[in-house]
Amino acid sequence: MSLYATRRRRNSMATSLAWGAAIFGLTWLLLILAALLYEGLRGLSPAVFTQMTPPPGSQGGLLNAIAGSLVMTIIGVAIGAPLGMLAGTYMAEYGRYSKLTIVVRFINDILLSAPSIVIGLFVYTLLVGPMGHFSGISGAVALALLVIPVVLRTTEDMLLLVPGSMREAASALGAPRALVIGKVAYRAAKAGLVTGILLAVARVSGETAPLLFTALNNQFWSSDLNAPMASLPVVIFQFALSPYKDWQQLAWTGALLITFAVLALSITARALSAGRRKSK
Amino acid sequence: MSELAMESAAPRPAVVDRTKALSSIALLDWIFFQVTRAAAVIVLIILGGVIVSLVHGSLPAIRAFGPGFLFSQAWNPVTDNFGALPAIFGTIVTSVIAMLIAVPVGIGIATFLTELCPHALRRPIGVAIELLAGIPSIIYGIWGLFVFAPFVQTHVQPGLISLFGDVPVLSSIFAGPPYGIGMLTAGFILAIMVLPFIASISRDVFETVPPVLKEAAIGVGCTTWELMRYVVLPYTRVGVIGGVMLGLGRALGETMAVTFVIGNAHKISPSLLAPGTTISATIANEFTEAVGDIYTSALIELGLILFVITFIVLAIARYMLMRIERKSA
Repeated sequence: MSLYATRRRRNSMATSLAWGAAIFGLTWLLLILAALLYEGLRGLSPAVFTQMTPPPGSQGGLLNAIAGSLVMTIIGVAIGAPLGMLAGTYMAEYGRYSKLTIVVRFINDILLSAPSIVIGLFVYTLLVGPMGHFSGISGAVALALLVIPVVLRTTEDMLLLVPGSMREAASALGAPRALVIGKVAYRAAKAGLVTGILLAVARVSGETAPLLFTALNNQFWSSDLNAPMASLPVVIFQFALSPYKDWQQLAWTGALLITFAVLALSITARALSAGRRKSK
Repeated sequence: MSELAMESAAPRPAVVDRTKALSSIALLDWIFFQVTRAAAVIVLIILGGVIVSLVHGSLPAIRAFGPGFLFSQAWNPVTDNFGALPAIFGTIVTSVIAMLIAVPVGIGIATFLTELCPHALRRPIGVAIELLAGIPSIIYGIWGLFVFAPFVQTHVQPGLISLFGDVPVLSSIFAGPPYGIGMLTAGFILAIMVLPFIASISRDVFETVPPVLKEAAIGVGCTTWELMRYVVLPYTRVGVIGGVMLGLGRALGETMAVTFVIGNAHKISPSLLAPGTTISATIANEFTEAVGDIYTSALIELGLILFVITFIVLAIARYMLMRIERKSA
């Protein structure tokens, strides 16, 4: 009887600890979101979207930072996503059992979790050093290097999920390999491929470290990719660490914008891939 | 009948040059194959490029300081004398604190999600935990600086200092004025950040346990705790350790959140409440202000050290996760 009681006691202790762990995790999510809403909403006004980042003590918004973020993210994804998709296609369709695939998969998994600040240093020595100045384009390249591993991974995974019998059917009709991939495999995996790109956008739009010394920052409007460019995360970094109250307020508002954009993207991506998994 | 057949066959298309069509298709095929393979090779080259460029960039510092760089505590931009030890120390200490908190909690969450949670709530709670991983690290930084650190400063640290003030070893670990920012705060925020990775990978590997094993354990009367402790955890040990290593890799390289709350002081202090620095925080804080080749190069060498450390940790993690994947396949 006492053994039974001990086992029951131990079990209820362990299960309540597991419940506690889940509540612990959710609490931080709620605390962070609550703080963002509380601090960020106060500063949310049309000026945020229509005015440039101000010098301390005067009115201003985040327009140039938002625009810079958009531009660099779009270019980064435009460079990184095709490259990642093509490499993923090779790994899933052509070289499924080749040595190259195994090595690339391993390297890509490392890149996927490698510290993004190291990618920033890489781009600095590759582009910023030789060019002699910080620029929007090197920021975009740094982001592209972060897009590649995410897109590559999801492309490979999603193409591997496409049943081989579909490819065999197409091949049996005489379709060449490239058409089988383009018209059958890509089409079947479409939702998954889009998910990968959305996840990559979500990942890079909050990245700060690789932009610190590639794109640097710019207090003014700039559409010149060859010049330093502002971005939302870097502005948040600068303004939050400044001693000025109005700059800190803008940092919170920027943080609110970024977080909800990123969370919306990743929820959309999840919804897409969930629909796919169900239909499978 | 035969007339009909004749008629339908009559308007024949002009004869296509089959060899020409086939060869153009073959060319297209060949191009597509080469393009995809080139993309795969480029990904390889990128990693090689990262290592080569970091080594190249840190050569001046390597020549100037030699292996002593790793063990020197100096950090003086004026005299161009640099050492990596405080940054390495801070990186390791904050990561260890993070893992001490995140590993048990992460495994607890994974247990909750696979064994205890009502089915209807499993997906929403799982997604909510993963959203923690989606929040950009700069957000953790600004939240940590303005919300969490002041709370720690007024409510947690004075308590810790007075609680351990008379205990021999602990009194020096929890010593000094309560700044709010410092190693302990940074470690705790890192713990929250890596928690979702450990939780979701543990959950995934827990789900690779064959149902028949679990059914057998429940059949002989195991409690949930005994099921986890004697069946699930031993079966998934390699995968869980892989997940933990992956979380460790993240914690070692995390930059922005730590930069906000670490205090950026180049010294080694026995107290966890004291400000310190990490490799990534040093680079983020000082890189754009670094003047002179040696200063820049020393920072790049720090980046190289960080990359080597995380590469080793991540490689071990991936190897272990590959093993458990093969087991479940």
